Amino acid sequence: MNQPGASDRVRVTGPPRHTATGRPASRLGDVHEQTALGDVYLRSLLREQLGLALAVLVVLGATLGTLPLVFHLWPGLADVRVAGLPIAWLGLGAVVYPFLLLLGWRYVRSVERNEQAFADLVDGYPDRAGRESRGP
Amino acid sequence: MSTDALPGLVAVLAVTVATVAIGTWGLRFSRTTSDFFVASRTVRPRLNASAIGGEYLSAASFLGIAGLLLLGGADMLWYPVGWTAGYLVLLVLVAAPLRRSGAYTLPDFAEARLASRWVRAASSILVVGVGWLYLVPQFKGAGITLESAIGAPVWVGPVIVGLVVLVNVMSGGMRSITFVQAFQYWLKLTALLVPAMVLLVVWWGDGRPSGSGSGDGWSVPVASGGGIGLYSTYSLIIALFLGTMGLPHVVVRFYTNPDGRGARRTTLAVLALLGLFYLWPPVYAALGRVYGDRLVREGHADVLVLELPRLMLGGAGGEVLTGLVTAGAFAAFLSTASGLAIAVSGVLTQDVTSRFVGERDPGGSVARAFRLAAVVAVVVPLLVALVVGKVGVAESVGLAFAVAASTFCPLLVLGIWWRGLTEAGALAGLAAGGFGAGGAAVLNLAGVDASGWAGALLTQPAAWSVPLAFGVMVLVSLATASTAPAHARRFLVRLHTPETLGTAGALGTLGNGRGGS
Repeated sequence: MNQPGASDRVRVTGPPRHTATGRPASRLGDVHEQTALGDVYLRSLLREQLGLALAVLVVLGATLGTLPLVFHLWPGLADVRVAGLPIAWLGLGAVVYPFLLLLGWRYVRSVERNEQAFADLVDGYPDRAGRESRGP
Repeated sequence: MSTDALPGLVAVLAVTVATVAIGTWGLRFSRTTSDFFVASRTVRPRLNASAIGGEYLSAASFLGIAGLLLLGGADMLWYPVGWTAGYLVLLVLVAAPLRRSGAYTLPDFAEARLASRWVRAASSILVVGVGWLYLVPQFKGAGITLESAIGAPVWVGPVIVGLVVLVNVMSGGMRSITFVQAFQYWLKLTALLVPAMVLLVVWWGDGRPSGSGSGDGWSVPVASGGGIGLYSTYSLIIALFLGTMGLPHVVVRFYTNPDGRGARRTTLAVLALLGLFYLWPPVYAALGRVYGDRLVREGHADVLVLELPRLMLGGAGGEVLTGLVTAGAFAAFLSTASGLAIAVSGVLTQDVTSRFVGERDPGGSVARAFRLAAVVAVVVPLLVALVVGKVGVAESVGLAFAVAASTFCPLLVLGIWWRGLTEAGALAGLAAGGFGAGGAAVLNLAGVDASGWAGALLTQPAAWSVPLAFGVMVLVSLATASTAPAHARRFLVRLHTPETLGTAGALGTLGNGRGGS
């Protein structure tokens, strides 16, 4: 990898134009080449990651997404006050932001755990310390 | 004018000088083409997140929302909520894969994923369209700000913002812009937060008066009008939640992250920074309910944030606070307009102007092509802003989101998660969403005024145009399944494989794809 250091800059003027012709040569062979085993690996990773993403979206839809409908059906809710503030203002003006941050934080934690598990599965090398220390 | 104009004038001058100075300072580090485009991909999550925040919080966030909340009430809270939640959707669906794709712009992504010049061309047109649709209200906002702050003619603001953006973009490119944007996030937050605190203290001192009547639906987070209101609210939510990922200036920023993990961390930090900022516009709106009756009567709710300090606090204190909010507002135009100008000129450079500039001395000619593109990217929307009539700042930004949600959102989501996407499917979907939502946006800007359901479908197109685009893209792809690009599988591997695995060369970021053929 091009280390994020300053020394070896790469001139970037656009995307690789012919990605299909790249010739990977690594222990990732199974995932890159179209073998049955590689297919299983990738499918399982994709399914896990997509499942996580959808879980977050479902939570988002079930909480924020239902609010307009709830207030449409029970307009009286608008007059409910919590700590002196109308509930809609308190919820959508303040509480919502820590909530979104919490959702995002939980997601990042799980997704990185998934990737680590996938890496351990595919990359059988026991000594991973050197490579991991490179993260940002 | 006269003495009233002084704090505004000082603020505008200070922000302009600081922006140009930081941009020039960044220039010292900006030598290669890579610096110009993506800051050599070395921007750390925290700096990058401040830069994204600085770029993203536009005139609509700084000025527009408070005014809309004052007039419209709680259903307008969906604007800030949607602008923030859009980053959560972006985080879970596209952040890391998009960075790993190695694409610098949306057209790059489209071409790499589908190996199609046509999809690239369609995406380029859409990027320029969305970018311009978003730039026009920035210029408009600059006009009303300078008019309110120093009584300048309404064309002065757009021209000044246009010039400063041009100088900055042309001189430093992405690297210097990163510093400028990061600085401007913190400036905007300070400029909104400090006056809000002071005004809250003033309000407390006044015996905490409550605003004029509260039984008129001001606290209902659904637009009025029964079923139509419910539709409009949901349509707005869809546009904002899904549109963020398709904004050209947002995507460019992801490529400046070092890797996919960095992209996620950056997004998380952005969520925090945006939340911190959006706590404050409702405070202005609530205080505006108490002190801002005159603004509402005169139809000047747009400038609530700028006028409130003077309305509540006379004397030197009011003047200082007015200067501060004016500085924040001006920073908002500069940073968002710079980000959009960079994104649009990046696309124009790759697809248009580099063909006109000589091939000799490749590095130099790319920089020259970029500068030429920057002029085009800024001047066109500037002229539009000067010509078209009154445009609501937040509403027209909302339309840009609707177009992005109806075009790039399906392209990115299906491109990243579904191997079956084909060239024909992508083109058909982009056309359906683009003509649908884009057509509605053009009709709106042209001043077409329909009422009832027709009006709602036109002003808030996302609820029908987004499913339409997704549906068309999937169905046409299924019908042309045999033409799915051969490398789709390998491309998906690259998007979803963590960088900790093997070397990036093997995973094919840049070097690999190049050398292969």
